[in-house]
Amino acid sequence: MSNNMILEMKGISKSFPGVKALDEVTFSVKEGEIHCLVGENGAGKSTLMKVLSGVYPHGNYSGDIVFSGEVQKFAHISDSEKAGIAIIYQELALVPELSIYENIFLGHEIHKNGILNWNETIKQAGEVLKKVGLKINPETQIKDLGVGKQQLVEIAKALSQDVKILILDEPTAALNEDDCDNLLQLLRDLKKQGVTCIMITHKLKEIIQIADTVTVLRDGKSICTLDASAGEVSENLLIKNMVGREIDNIYPNREHKISDEIVLEVNNWSAFDTKLGRKVLDNISINLKKGEIIGFAGLMGAGRTEFARSLFGNPDNYIVSGELKINGDIKSFNHPKDAVKAGLAYLSEDRKGNGLILQQSIMENITLANLKELEKNFVIDTNAEIKIATEYSKSLRVKTPSIEQLVNNLSGGNQQKVQLAKWLFVKPHVLILDEPTRGIDVGAKFEIYTLMNELVAQGMSIIMISSELPEVLGMSDRIYVVSEGRLTGEKHISEATQENIMQLATN
Amino acid sequence: MIFKGLVKDLKTHIKDYGMFIALFVIIVLFSILTDGIFISPRNISNLLNQTGYIAVIAVGMTLVIVIRHIDLSVGFLSGFLGAIAAIALAFWNVPAFIVVPSILILGMIAGLITAYPVAKLGIPAFVASLAGWLIYRGALLLATLRTGTIIITNKGFNAIGNGYIPDLFASDTFLPDMHKFTLFIGLVAIAWLVYSSFNARKNKIKYNFEVVPFDLFILKLAFVSVIVAIVTWILAGYNGLSWTLVIVLLVVGIYNFITKKTVVGRHIYAVGGNPEAAELSGIDVKKITFLVFGSMGMLSGLSGILFASRLQSATTTAGTLLELDAIAAAYIGGVSAAGGVGSVVGSLIGAIVYTSLTSGMNLMGIDISSQYIVRGAVLAGAVIFDVATRKIGNK
Ligand SMILES: Nc1ncnc2c1ncn2[C@@H]1O[C@H](COP(=O)(O)OP(=O)(O)OP(=O)(O)O)[C@@H](O)[C@H]1O
Ligand SMILES: [Mg+2]
Repeated sequence: MSNNMILEMKGISKSFPGVKALDEVTFSVKEGEIHCLVGENGAGKSTLMKVLSGVYPHGNYSGDIVFSGEVQKFAHISDSEKAGIAIIYQELALVPELSIYENIFLGHEIHKNGILNWNETIKQAGEVLKKVGLKINPETQIKDLGVGKQQLVEIAKALSQDVKILILDEPTAALNEDDCDNLLQLLRDLKKQGVTCIMITHKLKEIIQIADTVTVLRDGKSICTLDASAGEVSENLLIKNMVGREIDNIYPNREHKISDEIVLEVNNWSAFDTKLGRKVLDNISINLKKGEIIGFAGLMGAGRTEFARSLFGNPDNYIVSGELKINGDIKSFNHPKDAVKAGLAYLSEDRKGNGLILQQSIMENITLANLKELEKNFVIDTNAEIKIATEYSKSLRVKTPSIEQLVNNLSGGNQQKVQLAKWLFVKPHVLILDEPTRGIDVGAKFEIYTLMNELVAQGMSIIMISSELPEVLGMSDRIYVVSEGRLTGEKHISEATQENIMQLATN
Repeated sequence: MIFKGLVKDLKTHIKDYGMFIALFVIIVLFSILTDGIFISPRNISNLLNQTGYIAVIAVGMTLVIVIRHIDLSVGFLSGFLGAIAAIALAFWNVPAFIVVPSILILGMIAGLITAYPVAKLGIPAFVASLAGWLIYRGALLLATLRTGTIIITNKGFNAIGNGYIPDLFASDTFLPDMHKFTLFIGLVAIAWLVYSSFNARKNKIKYNFEVVPFDLFILKLAFVSVIVAIVTWILAGYNGLSWTLVIVLLVVGIYNFITKKTVVGRHIYAVGGNPEAAELSGIDVKKITFLVFGSMGMLSGLSGILFASRLQSATTTAGTLLELDAIAAAYIGGVSAAGGVGSVVGSLIGAIVYTSLTSGMNLMGIDISSQYIVRGAVLAGAVIFDVATRKIGNK
């Protein structure tokens, strides 16, 4: 049976202090297939791939890795690279200031006696870019590319070396639908060229579209392996195996009880980015009622994040014009702290970059934005802090042995929950969620949606920015569509469809 | 069996104890090499007094490095402010109780001025403070131009760097040769240390937090207590606690409290850990930058006072390279250049390690060229150790 297995991981176990991240996991991949690795946040998917690629070197885990018919003992990532394993991490690892071609050959520079051969580099870069279907000048700097294209550059970088197995850790988490489709198509093409692919993802639809085989992990154990050709890969079955129970309705039901009271009103809002030297927002007017969830749909880069940040104290120092009213009073914020004081909270789309303090504990992150409340006689009340942090981390079901755990050691989804907990502790009136379910598993998504419903039921109002249309349609009361910094439409949920929103977004 | 377990525990927690062990090794080594002169009461007392003006700057520098900046101007700033103090005392006959707070305020203003281009204009602190380095160096030369060394005769002021606390419990019958008030303070310190350690541990256990194994906990506590006891005993056998030491301990105590227990402290570390995330969490990063540099300037003033009062004069070279000594002390004490990590107590220990090296090698008669090389090697070793043990922690 193992004839056509390119990779077999047998009995892999790996522990961190207080956590058994992998427990006797078995994972086999056939040559030339697309194999999806799925499971809840913290199930151990990323850890398993780090074991495979030598991030956790041999001796640091127990069990065997058989790759291309040989037992492998990688001591370093470069060993696994040499063997033909390329991994693209959950977080992109490109140097923003360097050009595409420099990034592609970073660490594998083409040179003769130490002198770089740029012409050859650019030529070869052009070739791999063609392979991933990116028609763009290889001399463009990474920072000028959108996330979707950056992702393709990452793949091009992997392909520039001799790869037998390509591992992608949540490649589509930050992509919009078009970019996702492109990526999936690319993976199919690569498969035809004989590249085996392991993909970690939380998007069930993608799995169904593309997977030949699916392995489900739960709590560090391999639960089952499903074969698509045998018709075993269905949404229900996936959810059941991942979560351990059935979820009938991904978007929990809610009574839409919205009052007429307008909590937030924005009129003729424009913003000019002095660094880019162009207008990023053009004359946007919206309103938000008490107890309402409004969805912000649009393509990546449409200006939704810019809009949220310009409202939230404008940390990017855009030149802003327009009127902002909270509970009917005109406000102007000079700093995020003013916005927080006025009852706004903004959950960042980039949790690692500007959402969390990675080398601090879960507790310190949760309380950070509202330490004042814990202050007693100029001193932070430790007992109260522990109590609050425990409470929030329990109610959001952050998976961790202790709230003293460093956020850096949490899985992506659990980091997101910590970020959310931080803002809930501020007890805002208006909660702006920027891609709140990015990188979050189905079970946790359901929890977050349920939580959102509870919050609005208690009278909070939510602005949800999301690139996942089904989510916007599933959760919002009203939808605003943004395209290139302009508001191109507003739809009540009853009249919104995937098609008409998409059309407005590309307007 | 027990011992084996202990060694294993020590290994996993080596990061927390590395510095204490290093300090211990240095003390033992020099004591042997100098036939005990190193731990003679006189030398220990001198050594701690010398540590004073480096330590206060290292404390301020710790926070500057924690928020990912650096301040090179503090050495000459401290020298310059020392000269101003000397001029005020010697030529203008200003009383010491006015000079000292004025110098601290001047220092703070200087720090805020350094902070301005850093916080408001986004100029790298290295460059902004390098400008300060040049300016204060020139200012120091200018201040001492006409007179050269300025002698300070103010007794009260000079006591700061040379005086000792009075013995409130003086007695001719009970331990007549000892400074009993110093012993008393040492005793209180140990009692408080034991109490607060047990209390903190109990609290952590109550909340199911990770605690170091009990044997290691006791070992560390015993070790620190014994060190405090020995040092107190040695000092009590000489002149007792010096005012310098009292000031340094106060500064470290206050800063430790602020960084560990208060909102401002938490904000400082948050800014160091991730400035953008801190800003978006409603923390005013600019304000924190001003605060940290302001405190740095104030401590430079304090350091200038300690130095001038110790020498009972202001010289043209006061404070030269002091900034680099303080930076070295902070790094030896475990501050991370990546930001967000480092403690003021660590920097105090770092400063003591650093001056111990100087003092020990001086006693051994090692020439200055070799001394620099050894100090450099220790600094490199400390930073490598820090990085290496951090990796262990991550795995
Ligand atoms: N360096 C580390 N130190 C301590 N615990 C860790 C470390 N890395 C991972 N863990 C823990 O191991 C478990 C598995 O984490 P892993 O990142 O593999 O999850 P994942 O399946 O990739 O989740 P996600 O879908 O959220 O990315 C989690 O409970 C996590 O907290
Ligand atoms: Mg992961």
